[in-house]
Amino acid sequence: MNRIDELFARKKSGVLNIYFTAGYPRADDTLRIARALEVAGTDIIEIGIPYSDPIADGPTIQNSSETALEGGMSLKVLMNQLQELRRYVKIPVILMGYINPILQYGIEQFCVDCKDVGIDGVILPDLPLQEYQEMYQVFFEQNDLFNIFLITPQTSVVRIEKIDEYSKGFIYMVSSASITGAKQAVSDVQIDYFRRVQKMNLKTNKLIGFGISNKETFDNACRFAQGAIIGSAFINQLNQDASDDAIRSFVSAIKD
Amino acid sequence: MGINRQNYNVDARGYYGKFGGAFVPEMLLPNVLELQENYLEIIHRPSFKKEFDYLLKDYVGRPTPLYLAQRLSQKYQSQIYLKREDLCHTGAHKVNNTIGQILLAKALNKKKIIAETGAGQHGVATATVCALMGMECIIYMGAVDMVRQRPNVERMKILGAEVRAAQSGSQTLKDATNEAMRHWINHPTDTHYIIGSVVGPHPYPDLVARFQSVISQEIKWQLKEQIGTENPDMVIACVGGGSNAAGAYYHYLDRPQVQLVAAEAAGLGVDTDKSAATTFLGSEGVLHGSRTLLMQTADGQVIEPYSISAGLDYPGIGPIHAHLFDSGRAKFCAVTDEEAMLAGIELSRLEGIIPAIETAHAIAVLSKIAIKDKVVVINLSGRGDKDLDTYIKWGKY
Repeated sequence: MNRIDELFARKKSGVLNIYFTAGYPRADDTLRIARALEVAGTDIIEIGIPYSDPIADGPTIQNSSETALEGGMSLKVLMNQLQELRRYVKIPVILMGYINPILQYGIEQFCVDCKDVGIDGVILPDLPLQEYQEMYQVFFEQNDLFNIFLITPQTSVVRIEKIDEYSKGFIYMVSSASITGAKQAVSDVQIDYFRRVQKMNLKTNKLIGFGISNKETFDNACRFAQGAIIGSAFINQLNQDASDDAIRSFVSAIKD
Repeated sequence: MGINRQNYNVDARGYYGKFGGAFVPEMLLPNVLELQENYLEIIHRPSFKKEFDYLLKDYVGRPTPLYLAQRLSQKYQSQIYLKREDLCHTGAHKVNNTIGQILLAKALNKKKIIAETGAGQHGVATATVCALMGMECIIYMGAVDMVRQRPNVERMKILGAEVRAAQSGSQTLKDATNEAMRHWINHPTDTHYIIGSVVGPHPYPDLVARFQSVISQEIKWQLKEQIGTENPDMVIACVGGGSNAAGAYYHYLDRPQVQLVAAEAAGLGVDTDKSAATTFLGSEGVLHGSRTLLMQTADGQVIEPYSISAGLDYPGIGPIHAHLFDSGRAKFCAVTDEEAMLAGIELSRLEGIIPAIETAHAIAVLSKIAIKDKVVVINLSGRGDKDLDTYIKWGKY
């Protein structure tokens, strides 16, 4: 059984997914941070594959990607680091990235290697659903790798239903029309959207991401979904202090 | 999936052969779908065509002349015609597209316009049509380019546009494009993004090619008038993203007797790390929403290109050109900075026309391929006024 399904089988609410960029702040930090997140009580870890042109990301994640690339991070280096992943980390781990580096790596090889090192799911925002179905779905399924899709306030009902049909693990519910790292309180418009989707009774679990930065926004999001995803706010924490202790305090502040 | 390599137009899914598509995150998809679902219906409306044609004629100054360059022809022992897009309002072909897209934006009830620009020509052409239509306009331009192309920044501001510096990455055209896309994600409902070339997610490459296709439409009847046939032996154009080339080729794509030639910017040479010749140095991948050829590392990171010409300084080419290259329909030539500058001076001396440095790359092709006794059309995509600083710095005239 995929670790993501195992997680949702025993935990139906308050699921905390934390994102960080591979190789940030330092090239060899990837596994240490993943380990620290698990020890601190995170439920899912999402590791970003740095890319030179991340169009869905705001300045915080852009900067972390740039630093990671300058430090020598690449998909090959990351896969090498992840060889050791399952010695240290038991919880579900997801890779998030843009399609071009993965095309160059080879999508089939990527899926095979993901299974090899113990990756449970992948988020590729700029891989269209149709291309996925026609060309790549078979590789994902052969390797028990979940392709996580996004929905946004602008996604039509028909499309949400279609995405629900093809989704495994969870649906990444983007909280507002924005790139990552936008700071805002949860608005009435967003709550309408959360309620609207809640009423659709999708078969797939949902995690809400974008704009989730602290305990308040996390708890609020958890009212409408099985959990939520924190990205830029955690990168900002790493900018200030990336020690294991600091990571533990960051996660505690959200969970307690 | 059957791929018809002899079909040079876009298919229903937005592909040219294996290139194209719409590789955009879910946040951008509704905007892109809205365009995909409406663009053909809107641009085929009689009222749309009427206003588009009217503005091209009385505002842009079309048709642009097809001029027999006698002294240039004599030198190359051929018959060389120059399609004078440099005489368009704002000094380049770019305005054909911005006129079309602002009318499309109005038809879609959009209130605000955003655009990216490299050298500033597309930014100026966008700011111009926004002034014409009274629409709010934000132009993203790389912070480095803003310094290099200061006069165009000021032109945009005079026209009432807000120019925002793209501070991310290498602070040039690709980053300005990223910033414009991010802005569009943040403002999905009231804003239209006027992309300046035949790049981006479907339907942009087709949309821009159609608006620029007026160039080859005019070449056909102008040539017929002058020499009795619509078909030259060869059409030459420069390719950065490739909008002027797409327009100059468009009505000749299915006429194999017309050879299509593309000039890419080799910068200091294709064997150096300072180049922008995508078909020589690139490989297949996804850039700015379409599957195409792009310059990238083995790890799939986009490489910052180099050319003396800011308008050709782009790490990819439009998917239509990737397909023309892949299928062999068009011949691609790499032209160095030095060759382009010399060609710019040659055209200035022989014909009294100072071309944009982008365009000078197309002129340089004359001495690189066999054209003796042939009828050749060169798309003279822009004038050189904006490039005086570069000519002066180069200095060899």
